[in-house]
Amino acid sequence: MANEYRVEMKNIVKRFGGVLALNDVSLRVKPGEVHALVGENGAGKSTLMKILSGAFQRDEGMIFIDGKEEKISSPREAKELGVATIYQEFMLAPHLTVAENIFIDRLSEKNKFINWKELNRKAEEILRQLGFEEIKAKATVESLSVAYQQVVEICKNLTRNARILVLDEPTAVLTFSEIEKLFLLIEKLKKDGVSIIYISHRLEEIFQICDRITVLKDGTFVKEVGTEEMDKHQLVNLMVGRDMSTLFPPRDAKIGETVLEVKNLNRGKQVQNVSFAVRAGEVLGISGLVGAGRTETMRLIFGADRKESGEIIFMGEKVNFKSPKQAVRKGLGLLPEDRKQQGVLLEQSIRINTTLSSLKKIIRLLGVISEKKDKELTRDVLEQLATKYNSMEDHTSSLSGGNQQKVALAKWLVADCKCIILDEPTRGVDVGAKVEIYKNINDLAEQGVAIVMISSEMTEIIGMCDRTLIMRQGKVVGELNKSELGEEKLIRYSMGVNVHEE
Amino acid sequence: MKSSKNKIGKILIDNNTYIMLLLLLIICAIISPDFFTVQNITNLLRQYSGTIIVCMGMLYVILTGGIDLSVGSILALGSVMVAYALTTKELGMIGAILLPLVCGLICGAVTGFFVAFTNMAPFVASLAMMTIARGVAYVVSNGQPVQTPANTIGRLGVAKLGGVLPWLAILALVVVIIFFCILRYTAFGRIVIAIGSNETSVRLAGIPTKWYKLSVYAISGVCSGLAGIIASSRTAIGTPIIGEGLELDAIAACVIGGASLNGGRGSVLKTVVGVFVLAFISNIMNLLAVPAYPQDIIKGVIIVLSVLLQEFTTRKSETI
Repeated sequence: MANEYRVEMKNIVKRFGGVLALNDVSLRVKPGEVHALVGENGAGKSTLMKILSGAFQRDEGMIFIDGKEEKISSPREAKELGVATIYQEFMLAPHLTVAENIFIDRLSEKNKFINWKELNRKAEEILRQLGFEEIKAKATVESLSVAYQQVVEICKNLTRNARILVLDEPTAVLTFSEIEKLFLLIEKLKKDGVSIIYISHRLEEIFQICDRITVLKDGTFVKEVGTEEMDKHQLVNLMVGRDMSTLFPPRDAKIGETVLEVKNLNRGKQVQNVSFAVRAGEVLGISGLVGAGRTETMRLIFGADRKESGEIIFMGEKVNFKSPKQAVRKGLGLLPEDRKQQGVLLEQSIRINTTLSSLKKIIRLLGVISEKKDKELTRDVLEQLATKYNSMEDHTSSLSGGNQQKVALAKWLVADCKCIILDEPTRGVDVGAKVEIYKNINDLAEQGVAIVMISSEMTEIIGMCDRTLIMRQGKVVGELNKSELGEEKLIRYSMGVNVHEE
Repeated sequence: MKSSKNKIGKILIDNNTYIMLLLLLIICAIISPDFFTVQNITNLLRQYSGTIIVCMGMLYVILTGGIDLSVGSILALGSVMVAYALTTKELGMIGAILLPLVCGLICGAVTGFFVAFTNMAPFVASLAMMTIARGVAYVVSNGQPVQTPANTIGRLGVAKLGGVLPWLAILALVVVIIFFCILRYTAFGRIVIAIGSNETSVRLAGIPTKWYKLSVYAISGVCSGLAGIIASSRTAIGTPIIGEGLELDAIAACVIGGASLNGGRGSVLKTVVGVFVLAFISNIMNLLAVPAYPQDIIKGVIIVLSVLLQEFTTRKSETI
């Protein structure tokens, strides 16, 4: 075969109105290669992938699939060429079974009755080939973990002869062990000659599984490079032109009195006998796998769910928050993990978001809002958080992910919280914005706010936290100080392979 | 050049409800000389003042992402209660005004309770209230229209300020101003919109969303009760059969006014315009002597078209 590359995108140019989204970008992927596509948010990764999958049309440039020039003028055409994109939100029908989902577009041949036996058998065979015999063809998709749902999504595309698989941040919603499973699957696909384009913000993963890397920056092509020729520092430098040591800015916070203390908190299996304390100016990390009960614990403390038993002492006072309202009134804030669903009001103005938890501060007689005060508070807090925005009347959805997160955080700053619980504060946010959010967190700690930070990213836990609790299966299984923190230790505790634990 | 073109386009899109009303006014004025007469306009104002008030309540419910199907039935119950207070109980005018309002409040609060605290779908909860309230109206009135005593509530219906402006229209105007101010300037209004936008976020921001949800249904109930008083003031009777299908007109008016049935988006002034759009359409057809049944068909078609226009323009404005 003459053509060395499965996909070759050459000198792609894409404009949106007057804005140049992609300028002379090229991408080459061989069969059986895992190719990382990296760059900050807005670097043009998704635009490039949307062109490959037919969602957008390029303005200039050429695309070759197996050496043959292709137009790719519709998603359908891309699909026929074997391009499949797995987005973070899966295109699955949650109430249907695994087999039904995999074969959703060809449940039966020529309008005959569905042969369920055959269908289930075929689905199980495919799953077995990929090494996932534990997934039952008859299980409904909603009963599966997110990782297994992703496997089903991938299977669905493979059965349609996908030869070019685009994975867009596939691990963002997965836990450590689930990520390992995904990587095993990727290895298998690689052996079968599938080309994989892997988009991720997590550098460790890229070095673990990718063969080559294409770096984009501000819509331009920076470099294509083999993974072994680089290290993380050099890669970050290519992406942002910034050194990695500045990723976690220094913090100079005085650690003061205990602000929040939790004793023997319980609710079902998800939260069992959880105890911890956090002091003013301290950043306490909560590490562990997704589903370890971290979010659930925090929701109990915040009053979003009811605890079964346990004691919570906040600012030296025994409290029992029955609703978020009571928690907020006392000065406890929670930044939820799902920014779009729980953190901000996307279709409302920035100003409505920032003062939502502190309407008391801006109202006068009869609940009338003082617009002047509202704007003042909003302007100040957004400036404090270095938020980029055009007008505070714009919808929050017009902001980038990082700035949306800042708006969500701003709400708690305006509310003068004494303690803020951050649940995955940098999920889905690019490197540049991450650094800014870390700086925001440091500022808060320096002002004497107690911070509890749930995070699944180990570098973040290690770089940011004074102390870290590790949770597993609803229990606190370990506590590490800053000096003891290391990736290996964290993984061992979270996965229950620590010798000291037994 | 391009940007100024965009600007004009945006103004047209943002104000498409007003433009629609204006076009309709022009069309009406051209095709019927009877349209722009004092008689016709004051009649219209009298006739639709109740609908406007019902729409205000409906808009608040829709803003939270809910729907209230019980407005027409509560209106009927209100009108029956006016007659009941005046005839059977002889409570006088104060009773005749308070009783329908209290009934509306209770009905709305009950619907709101089930929506907010038991997670019942608003459609179901208010559908149940729709039949219950109508049923109560039938029971109280024995299924018959009840004549109110002369010189009581009926006087309000015909009274005009300066002999021109109907007091009912002024009442509706006052209600509209109150609802406008609450939505625009108070924390309550802001929270109502925010709930419709994303209830979970609002709850996690420390706001007791359930009570706000209950309140909007209670407010809608009171509005319908008030509209019931207006209805019986216009006809001087209390009857359990009025207000059928009113919920659909009210929802249509909100949607023509740009409200999103998913909540979080809607405008008081544009909803009033929505009422007038509906009013003018049926008025002009009456003036042209279009028979009643085809009128319904034409009205339905126009509702669909205007909602399509809404959909189209909001999508347009999002991509601009």
